[in-house]
Amino acid sequence: MPVVGPDSSFLGYRRENGRVGVRNHVVILPLDDLSNAAAEAVAHNIKGALALPHPYGRLQFGADLELHFRTLIGAGCNPNVAAVVVIGIEDGWTQQVVDGIATTGKPVVGFGIEGHGDHATILRASRVAREYVQWASEQQRGACPISALWVSTKCGESDTTSGCGANPTVGNAFDKLHALGSTLCFGETTELTGGEQIVAGRCATAQVRERFMAMFDRYQAVIERHKTSDLSDSQPTKGNIAGGLTTIEEKALGNIQKIGKRCTVDGVIDKAEAPTHPGLWFMDSSSAAAEMVTLCAAAGFALHFFPTGQGNVIGNAIVPVIKLCANPRTVRLMAEHIDVDTSGLLQREINLDQAGDRLLECMLRTANGRLTAAEVLGHREFVLTRLFESA
Amino acid sequence: MIHFVLHDANDSVAVVVVEGVTAGTAMTGWVMDDDRLIRLQAQQDIPIGHKVALADMALGDTVLKYGVDIGRVVAPIKAGEHAHVHNIKTKRW
Repeated sequence: MPVVGPDSSFLGYRRENGRVGVRNHVVILPLDDLSNAAAEAVAHNIKGALALPHPYGRLQFGADLELHFRTLIGAGCNPNVAAVVVIGIEDGWTQQVVDGIATTGKPVVGFGIEGHGDHATILRASRVAREYVQWASEQQRGACPISALWVSTKCGESDTTSGCGANPTVGNAFDKLHALGSTLCFGETTELTGGEQIVAGRCATAQVRERFMAMFDRYQAVIERHKTSDLSDSQPTKGNIAGGLTTIEEKALGNIQKIGKRCTVDGVIDKAEAPTHPGLWFMDSSSAAAEMVTLCAAAGFALHFFPTGQGNVIGNAIVPVIKLCANPRTVRLMAEHIDVDTSGLLQREINLDQAGDRLLECMLRTANGRLTAAEVLGHREFVLTRLFESA
Repeated sequence: MIHFVLHDANDSVAVVVVEGVTAGTAMTGWVMDDDRLIRLQAQQDIPIGHKVALADMALGDTVLKYGVDIGRVVAPIKAGEHAHVHNIKTKRW
């Protein structure tokens, strides 16, 4: 009996725009670094509100500024978020973020600090946040088809067991979800180096393939421009090398196991861009864990699969991050971080199909409301990607 | 017990998946794609997650894993020895 089939459902929050969330956050969203203090004060005043502090938002321009707005607006639009209070140093850009989030139909309001000061802003924002939290607390979960669940993946602190065990487990789960019409995402442009032709070969159409290769080549050009000697000190990372990974090609081939054996790559998106139809999407993205998961959250993904080898401890502020691991030593030494233990796979105790089902079982329980290890441990990483220096 | 796993029967390296492999350990390996077992004696201590060479390799040889090129040999390697950054390097960058 498969864990997921065409009739499978989960208990999610159906939002105003039809998207389905698995969490019910009321977010206090700072536009910029200067507004973190007020946002955190509001979240301290109003129990159940969640501030998303970050270090950017001033004097950015061009594509870097567009990505900043896209990430903040996308995070606010994420279906795991019930309502949003935006706080910025001034009204103009604050309103721009409010307007972007308002397209979803969810409650959202913004406050500018200039001319009011922190005290008055915190008071005004706290009043609205109190109303939003009480309103959100009455939202009910309802049965939603499995295809309404958007799932992203990225691996981290990978070692060789990632490519043999944890990543193929995600691939197996993705193969099953893809067949049911789910919306899925992977990325990590640099970490496909050495396996890019395999991904290109999996692209559903020539157009998708062309766009994928253009993004891959663009990133390689960035590396060529900025590298000092080679990337061997960063890719693989020190943690990867300690875990036994030797070259970027080896790491990439392990990485690619996450897209399974049957999934086609159905589309390509830029950072924090929302997919426009079901299927597996490649997102041009950094391979830094917290950046990539934040970009997935901003693209609208409600749940994340994170395979690790050496034991990355990542979570995300608004998206539950399910961590799985096939390294028996990591599972033993870092048990509190691992949601799904797939180490039995490497001793032939379970097969790949069973490992994939274990992950899908955990996915359904998490979607229904069970907290992940990262959520319970308080991991609320929210890390914005920057493209270039400020003005 | 499975001591090491490999993906493709043609791979020249495999991954040690248990702790405590030392020089002289008689190892059992699992070829995952064929679901077949092979045997090999470790010639050096190899930590969990690190690779063991399945064949002798000379300078400049291509290393295969997942049946695919993962880099080149930069110091000679004998079957059963530890294969890692000291004797394999990327062909990129």
